[in-house]
Amino acid sequence: MNSIMNDYLFFGVLPYVSLAIFFLVTISRYRQQTFTYSSLSSQFLENKQHFWGSVPFHYGILIVLAGHLIGFLFPSWILSWNAAPVRLAFLEISGLAFGILTLVGLLVIVVRRWMNIKVRRVTTISDWLVYALLILQVSTGLAIAVHLGWGSSWFATSLAPWLWSLLHLSPEVSFIGPLPLLVKLHIINAFVLIGFFPFTRLVHVLVVPNPYLWRKTQVVRWNWDRERLRQS
Amino acid sequence: MDVRSQIGMVFHLDKCIGCHTCSVACKNVWTDREGTEYMWWNNVETKPGTGFPTRWEDQEQYKGGWVTDGEDLKLRSTGKARIIPNIFHNPAQPSLDDYYEPWTYDFQHLFDAPEGDDQPTAIPISKITGEPIEKIEAGPNWDDDLGGSPIYAANDPNMEGLTEAQRKQMLEIERVAMFYVPRICNHCLNPACVAACPSGALYKRGEDGVVLLSQERCRAWRACIPACPYKKTYFNWSTGKSEKCILCYPRLETGQAPACFHSCVGRIRYLGNVLYDMDKVREAANLPDEQLVQAQRDLILDPTDPEVIEAARRGGIPEGVIETAARSPVYKYVKEWEIALPLHVEYRTFPMLFYVPPLLPVMSETQGDVVRNSVDALFGDVEDARPPLEYLGKLFAAGNLGKLRYAIKKELAVKIWRRHVTVGDIDEEQAKRALVEADCSPEEADDIFRLTALSTFKERFVIPPAQREMAMEMLVDPQELKAAAGFGFRSAPRRS
Repeated sequence: MNSIMNDYLFFGVLPYVSLAIFFLVTISRYRQQTFTYSSLSSQFLENKQHFWGSVPFHYGILIVLAGHLIGFLFPSWILSWNAAPVRLAFLEISGLAFGILTLVGLLVIVVRRWMNIKVRRVTTISDWLVYALLILQVSTGLAIAVHLGWGSSWFATSLAPWLWSLLHLSPEVSFIGPLPLLVKLHIINAFVLIGFFPFTRLVHVLVVPNPYLWRKTQVVRWNWDRERLRQS
Repeated sequence: MDVRSQIGMVFHLDKCIGCHTCSVACKNVWTDREGTEYMWWNNVETKPGTGFPTRWEDQEQYKGGWVTDGEDLKLRSTGKARIIPNIFHNPAQPSLDDYYEPWTYDFQHLFDAPEGDDQPTAIPISKITGEPIEKIEAGPNWDDDLGGSPIYAANDPNMEGLTEAQRKQMLEIERVAMFYVPRICNHCLNPACVAACPSGALYKRGEDGVVLLSQERCRAWRACIPACPYKKTYFNWSTGKSEKCILCYPRLETGQAPACFHSCVGRIRYLGNVLYDMDKVREAANLPDEQLVQAQRDLILDPTDPEVIEAARRGGIPEGVIETAARSPVYKYVKEWEIALPLHVEYRTFPMLFYVPPLLPVMSETQGDVVRNSVDALFGDVEDARPPLEYLGKLFAAGNLGKLRYAIKKELAVKIWRRHVTVGDIDEEQAKRALVEADCSPEEADDIFRLTALSTFKERFVIPPAQREMAMEMLVDPQELKAAAGFGFRSAPRRS
C-alpha cells in the first residue's frame, strides 16, 4: 500500500509540480530578469580543457535527449525500427556511446570547475547543484543502458504511455510500478532537474539563437520615428 | 540612395603624445566594475608593437573581420552554419591570457605587517581569484613606449613582409621610430560583431550608427569577440556578457563629446557625423584590398549636394543632422583633404574612425659622438621618413601606398607652407612648389592648419542633435546607476 502511495506521489504528483514550477518560473524570470538568461560561458577564463568538457557533453546530451523525445513522441516508430535485431543493437550501442560521451564531458567540466581557481571563482552553488543532479541523471541512465538492456523498446511500451497519460491529465502510475528501482530513480531525478531548471544556468537552453539562421546579416535599430520625420 | 547619418571620428596621430588620459577617462566612467577590470574600451598602443590583446592584428590567430572572393562576403570566424559547432566551444575566442589578469595590491599589509628587518611590501592580488599572483606576466600597455621591444615590437604583425633593411630601420634602438595609435570601437559601417551575434544583441543605431550591445539580449555565445577584427568587444567574466565601447552615447545625446574625446590633452580627436549611402556598403566591401580606401570614401556623401540633401530628407534624416554633417570636421579630413585614413580597412568592416598618419621625420642623427640636428630633414622627402611607408601602408591603407603617400605629402606641404608664412626661412616659390606637388592650394593648407592646430572645442566636436523628444536609448542618468550596473540595465548585474 505504502509503495503504491509513494509511486503515486513520485509519478503522479511530482511531474505536475515540476512542470508547473518550470513554466511559471521560466516565464516570470524571462520577463523580470532577462539579464540573467545567459550561458554564463567560462571559456574566457580557461580555453583548453573547456573544449574537452563542453563539446562532448553538449553533443552527447543533445543526442541522448533527442532519443528520449523521439521515444516519447513516436513510440511506434521505435518499436518497428527495433523489430530487426541488428537495428535494435545499433540503437542501443549508439545510445550508450553518446551517454558515455555525455558523462565524460560532464566529468571534465566538473573537474575543470573545481581545479581551475579562476573558473571556480565564477561557479555558484546553483551550478554545483546542477552538476550533481546531472551526474546522477547521466550515470543512472548509463547504468540502465548497461544492466537493463533493450531500453529503447521498453521505453516505448511502458514509459511513453505513462508520459502520454501525464499529458492527458490522468496519470497511469501502474505503468511505472513494476519497473526496477534504477529506472524509478532516473525518472524522479529527471523531474527534480526540471523543477530546478528555471532557477539555474540551464535556462540558456531556452534561448538558443535559432533566429540567427534566418535573420538579416546586419541588425539596425531605430529610435527615431522616421515616418514623422519624413513628413515634417 | 539610402542616406544614413553616421558619427565619424578622426584621430590626428602627429599630435598624439601617448599620455593615456583618454584611456583613464574611459575607465573611470565605464569599466571600473567587477568583470571589466581588464577591459580598455579606449587604449593607446605604441607602434611598432603587439597591441592589446597581444597581436590582435594577426587574423590567422584571431579570425576577425570579413573575407571575400569578390562576390561572397563572409565572416572569417563564423557564419550561419558554423554557429552550431562554435556555440559549444569557439575555437577563435581569445582567453584572459591574451589580455592580462587584472590585479590590485595588498595595501593593508603595509599597515598591518609586524615589525621586522625589512620594509613590508604590498604583493599583487588577482582581481579575479583574490589570490596572490606569483608573477605578473602582462598588464595594460605592457609594451608602452617600446618597452620590451625585442619581444613585442619585433612581433608586430605589420612587420611581416617588410625587407630586412626596413625591419632594421624600425627596430634599431638608437633610431627608435615609434608612434601612438589610440584605439576605440570604430563603429563600423559593416560591423563584423553585429553580423556574428547569434542573439541579435549587437546592433547599429539607425540614427547615428553607434554600435551597441544590448546587455539584456546578450546570451554569452561569444561570437562577437573573435569576429571583431579590432578586438573591441570584451567578455565580462563576472556577469557573463560581452561589453563594448558605447561612444558615450548618453553624452552624445546631450550634446557632449565622449569622455575620451573630451579629455584628450593633445586635442588630437575630432568627431562629427557624415552622410553615407547604405545601399552601396555591401558592394564596396567586396572590392579588392587596394581599392578599399577609395571605396569607403565614395560611400561618404557630400552634405552640401542638393541631391544628397533631398535623399537624406526622404530617408527621414532631420534638418539639424544634415546641417551638422555639412560642418563635420570628419568630412573635411576624410573627403575634402583626403589626409585621414582608416585603420586596417582590409578587414572590410569600414571603420568610421580615421587616422591622420604620423610624419615622424628624422630630426637628428649621430655622427660618431656628435649629434647633428637637421632642419632640412624635417621638410625632406617623405620616402626618408621613419618608419618606412610600407609599414604605415599596412596600418592605414591596406597596402595602397598611393593613398598614404598622398596624405603624408599633403601634411608635409602644409608644414612647409606654414613655415614660410610664420617663420619665413623658406621662400614662397619653394613653399608653393611643395603645395602644388601635394595637390594642395594655399587656402586649403591654411584650412588644414587651422583645424589641426587652432581649432576650438566646437570646431573639433560637431555633434548632431539627438532628437531626444523621440526617445533615445538613455532615459535614466547613467551616473545614478553607476554603482549598480554601469549602463543598459536597471538591476544589479549578477550571475544567477
